[in-house]
Amino acid sequence: MSKRSNSPGRQFALLSLLAVGMFGFAFALVPLYEIFCEITGLNGRTSGEAASVAQIAEISDREVTIQFTAQVFRGMPWEFRPTENQMRVRVGEVNTTEYYARNRASGMVTGQAVPSVSPGHAAQYLHKVECFCFTQQHLEGDAEIDMPVQFYVDPDLPEDIGTLSLSYTMYRVPDAEVVVPEAAASMPADHEGHYQP
Amino acid sequence: MIAHADTIPKQRHPLIAFILRWLLTTNHKEIGTLYLCLAFLLFFIGGAMAMVVRLELFQPGLQFTQPDFYNQMVTLHGLIMVFGAVMPAFVGLANWLVPLMIGAPDMALPRLNNFSFWILPFAFILLLSSMFMEGGAPNFGWTFYAPLSTTYGPPSTDYFILGVHLMGVSSVLGAINVMVTILNMRAPGMTLFRMPLFVWTWLITAFLLIMAMPVLAGAVTMMLTDRHFGTSFFEAAGGGDPVLFQHVFWFFGHPEVYIMILPGFGIASQIIPTFARKKLFGYHSMVYATVAIALLSFIVWGHHMFTSGMPLAAELFFMYATMLIAVPTGVKVFNWVATLWRGSITFETPMLFALGFVIMFTIGGFSGLMLALVPADFQYHDTFFVVAHFHYVLYPGAIFGTMAAVYYWLPKWSGRMYDERLGKIHFWTATIAVNLTFFPMHFSGLAGMPRRVVDYSIAFADFNIVSSIGAGLLGLTQILFLYIIVKALTSGEKVTDAQVWEGAEGLEWTLPSPAPLHSFHTPPEIEPDEAHAATDKA
Repeated sequence: MSKRSNSPGRQFALLSLLAVGMFGFAFALVPLYEIFCEITGLNGRTSGEAASVAQIAEISDREVTIQFTAQVFRGMPWEFRPTENQMRVRVGEVNTTEYYARNRASGMVTGQAVPSVSPGHAAQYLHKVECFCFTQQHLEGDAEIDMPVQFYVDPDLPEDIGTLSLSYTMYRVPDAEVVVPEAAASMPADHEGHYQP
Repeated sequence: MIAHADTIPKQRHPLIAFILRWLLTTNHKEIGTLYLCLAFLLFFIGGAMAMVVRLELFQPGLQFTQPDFYNQMVTLHGLIMVFGAVMPAFVGLANWLVPLMIGAPDMALPRLNNFSFWILPFAFILLLSSMFMEGGAPNFGWTFYAPLSTTYGPPSTDYFILGVHLMGVSSVLGAINVMVTILNMRAPGMTLFRMPLFVWTWLITAFLLIMAMPVLAGAVTMMLTDRHFGTSFFEAAGGGDPVLFQHVFWFFGHPEVYIMILPGFGIASQIIPTFARKKLFGYHSMVYATVAIALLSFIVWGHHMFTSGMPLAAELFFMYATMLIAVPTGVKVFNWVATLWRGSITFETPMLFALGFVIMFTIGGFSGLMLALVPADFQYHDTFFVVAHFHYVLYPGAIFGTMAAVYYWLPKWSGRMYDERLGKIHFWTATIAVNLTFFPMHFSGLAGMPRRVVDYSIAFADFNIVSSIGAGLLGLTQILFLYIIVKALTSGEKVTDAQVWEGAEGLEWTLPSPAPLHSFHTPPEIEPDEAHAATDKA
């Protein structure tokens, strides 16, 4: 070993670099955690992509219960709830339910719903063909809306799971981040004055 | 040439000269003393907060504090004991002892050493000043989980964040210094496997500090930007995840647990052989066990969050990895017991504290094994059982370890002997008090008493009365400890023998007592130790 590679100054620099690297590692945990959650379905994260109906192999006779819940995040002036609390569905069959939302504020408020499935490891077996959570929802003051969710349960769902809960949390989208789809401008607004997805 | 206090001109006012001497010192012994004094001061402050907590919990219902103030006391007690008492005390011991044990004249980076220390008082002024601010001090527990500390944290949380940043910088610089010192400054002939165990455990602790503290700095930085700069690392509304905070925190937090105990292992491994008058049994296995514990500490953080939602496979992984730590820890306990076997044991105060350390730390280890079991943890989580567990590993572990070290090396540091009779009284009252305080917490926890809550069901009243009485006694023993130290320093019997303890071995015992301010200007001669090599092989 040469004297230079052994000097305290050099070791100090290397160890400081290690410390700075570990500081960076803390931030690297953020994307790592995202990936980890997506792979494992941790926290009931579901895919943000619409599933295609063509993916269904067959409709089986097995039935499971789907429970629906809804929460409104703090600062969000909407009333938001499922129109039915639970459904008995056949595995593989496409079903539709609706969530009701009403804007209790006087001005337009944009919301974004984020889904979560419990138990967490069942998240990857609940496929949404169509969902109001795929886009932002815009509601004028006092307007109300029924928003559909079209979904099916994957036939590969583990045998031990008989009940799934699909929960949505409705967040208020800050005005700066509101995305008005181009289609909304050309599509006729309905009598409540909002874009119908 | 290292600048030292003697170069300050003599004509300065004595008070200014005194302040400058301690402010500017680069001497490892003086900085070690500063660290130990600061740690002792903060130990009293953190202890006073624990007294408030135990006073409130003496009875169910609200007696002395409002819930918010109670939460502040719980939070600051944890933060100050971890970052202010245990860690600085261990850094202080490293400053004093590492250069003496490896035959070095000083630390490798003395000015950095001064800087590392003098950051700390400011860090704790920042943290403690938050008590006097509008909205009160941080009240979210020492683990400062988001969103309690981000969305709902009081305004003073920013002072807490800056304080933690400063503590982190101090610890990392201190750790780098210890590591560079151990790697570069060893006397000729002091190979790595001739180093005393205390030096080994500190080398590994330094590595843990360098790996873990920056992750904590990252966590509080993310908190800061979440609070003020519009990011959403831990804010679900912005696509973040509060559970991510727990992962980042415990990735730091679990190695931190071993940062607070490994030097204690080192201290016990120095003291037990001295008073058993035998060589340490299984020196090499001690080193390897320490390395194994350190490496495992980075893959077990999930056991703090079994109830936060985790796939079964991850729960099993963290459970088995955690239980695996019992193996190297068991090796250590076995080695200490084997060192005692057929030794000529005497029970001076340092030995009593070291033996108390081994026995009671092992009790904490067993409750740790219980908590590692996923199905059981769902019941124990966030109850007083957890409080009992980590106080058993921290009080008889880290604190008894530090006290054992102070009793053991004080004659070498100061040249004066403490009062043996008072030392023994201190040990026995502290041992009774620790068990009175923390043992009933196992039962109240198993019965379901939640931690961090100001009020509780009357069903837990009896256990809490015992805990509170024990805590009061434990508080009194600290005053006795302070008295013993002051008495030893001012009027203790002068020590003339360099070795001090009959069975003591190591370079620090070749120096005169008290150890001169500057030692080992020329590296000591280290004789080839055939016997040492032979016992290692056996």
